[in-house]
Amino acid sequence: MVDPWTAKLETYLDGELSANEMRDLDAHLRSCPSCTADVLSRLQTKRAVHSAGGRYRPSPEFREHVRKSIATKPRRSPIRMWLGATTAVALLLIAGLVTFSLRQQQLQRRQTFSELADLHVATLASANPVDVISTDRHTVKPWFQGKIPFTFNLPELRNSEFTLVGGRVTYFGQAPGAELIYQIRKHQISVFIFQDRAAGHELGSSSWSQRELSFNIESWNQDGLRYFVIGDASGDDIRTLADMLKKAL
Amino acid sequence: MVYLIEVAEERFTTATFEELAMPLFDQLYNFAHWLAQDRTEAEDLVQETYAKALKGFSSFQPGTNFRAWMYRILRNTFLTSRTGLKASATVPLDSDDSPELPARPETPETILIENSQHQLLQTVIEALPLHFREVLLLCEVEEMSYQEIAETLSIPMGTVMSRLSRARKALRESLQQKLVRA
Repeated sequence: MVDPWTAKLETYLDGELSANEMRDLDAHLRSCPSCTADVLSRLQTKRAVHSAGGRYRPSPEFREHVRKSIATKPRRSPIRMWLGATTAVALLLIAGLVTFSLRQQQLQRRQTFSELADLHVATLASANPVDVISTDRHTVKPWFQGKIPFTFNLPELRNSEFTLVGGRVTYFGQAPGAELIYQIRKHQISVFIFQDRAAGHELGSSSWSQRELSFNIESWNQDGLRYFVIGDASGDDIRTLADMLKKAL
Repeated sequence: MVYLIEVAEERFTTATFEELAMPLFDQLYNFAHWLAQDRTEAEDLVQETYAKALKGFSSFQPGTNFRAWMYRILRNTFLTSRTGLKASATVPLDSDDSPELPARPETPETILIENSQHQLLQTVIEALPLHFREVLLLCEVEEMSYQEIAETLSIPMGTVMSRLSRARKALRESLQQKLVRA
């Protein structure tokens, strides 16, 4: 027959007795040399097994190998991989289309610039550069009535260095338009006005400026019309005239 | 957006598993080596345990005992290995009312332990049957509670107590025999 106290010694050392049982066994051990010696012996064994049991250590390489295997492989389902690949292809296509579109727009601008520069030079070289000669905008503007399929406003030039020389009908992309000649100091500037759908649809709706072959050009669209201001005057002069035209009522 | 959230959740899950599992690495490896008694087999066992645990981490119930869960996976993996099947061929006959033997104060193992002959003790532990070795190591080395051991070994707590008691008795007797021979 095993002593009821002895039966509890292991559970006592494992810390698994209830608080009351612990207290009772503590009290018993203080008065029982045999059980106390037994507890000490078991405790020594317990400690020795604990110490001897921690025998094996993994190598750092193996630890790192396992760590990487669980850390660096986020699981991706086939659907996610497919989505990722599709997204990448779509982005590449969009990037390609944007690049292509920008290049096309750039080419179109260069071509337009070249044609307008030719028109401007041809006008200046002509013996009769303008068909209506007047510095008065109220004379020039009505002159275009019935000659072109749209109308436009011209700015008040008082208190500015610009003077209106006159105007003529011109063609761009097989569509009729107005060409107005302005002068600032000794520079002559052409202002071309066309219907936006005829001249500007390939240029987009953006405003732009450019300098090439010593000519400066400003372009914008307004009220369905595409405006070009081109000349060998400075970029500032070209912009000033363009701003005045934009504000013309 | 849903895709991004899922990716974020997946990364969070992976990070959490690593944070929970890696601190257990050394002790799991030690336990695996004691079970398999071979370095290469222990490494395979640990690696497979981590792979299985990561795969099944979504089924782990937060708030339950993660350590016991990892040990259970490791032990089950071992038991289905060739070495494990061989070692577990001897089925333990657990009895919850096995008699408790008193330990004598002046026992040979006390002297042995005092002399720090750990190597002999390790040999004795190695020679214990698997069902004794594992319950002893989980209690003494891993310092698991009876409840944790019960969860790890998937046995009732009463069985844990009786098996532990018998394992200690077997250890003591084996030590005595070795000292008598010596």
